[in-house]
Amino acid sequence: MKLLYFAKIREVINKSEEILELPQNINTTGDLIKFLTELDDIYKNAFSDKNFFIACDEEVVEMDFLIKDTKEIAIFPPVTGG
Amino acid sequence: MIEIKIQSKALNISNEMKKISKLNADGATVTFMGSVRDLEYENLETLEIEYFPKMAKKVLNKTAKDAYKNWNLSRCIIIHRYGKLKIGDPIVLIITSSPHRKEAFRANEYIIDFLKTNAPFWKKENTEKKSYWVSQKN
Repeated sequence: MKLLYFAKIREVINKSEEILELPQNINTTGDLIKFLTELDDIYKNAFSDKNFFIACDEEVVEMDFLIKDTKEIAIFPPVTGG
Repeated sequence: MIEIKIQSKALNISNEMKKISKLNADGATVTFMGSVRDLEYENLETLEIEYFPKMAKKVLNKTAKDAYKNWNLSRCIIIHRYGKLKIGDPIVLIITSSPHRKEAFRANEYIIDFLKTNAPFWKKENTEKKSYWVSQKN
């Protein structure tokens, strides 16, 4: 799965994107976040304030979104456009 | 007509206005420009804008289309900048034109409000001493 990170989250994780092989039991976006936070403290730090959004193929989704047909998942803090 | 641009180069507002003024049917054109402002307690050196290219383009397009659907617009131009900007530099330009002013005003306000909370851009303020990511404000 291709993962993209932006802004503060990109800085904490120290990469803008990566490709990760996800275990079979990762079905939802919530499972993915849990998997990442258990994988390394760097992700735990990045997501600790729970103040982030997840976009699957450029659409913002909830934590129960099924990711099996998703190609790219972006994780980012609240936006500050305009 | 919808025109969406995301660019690092400076905005040429008079060029964009010229495009609008060529339409005879329009009685009203509303222009909103958002610019980099200084901070209250510190001196801002630069404002860095990061964005998610694919999604930003989609969101700006959708916003313009929704504005078209809801108000009687003839043209809608949205230009958003990214990269390193200085105080006074324009960040975003939204031009809406319509036969009548109310619709042009309402559509313009709708677009900027929607962008503030939905378009994947992030601002970082760099001062002499520190850098801060801007948090979302209402």
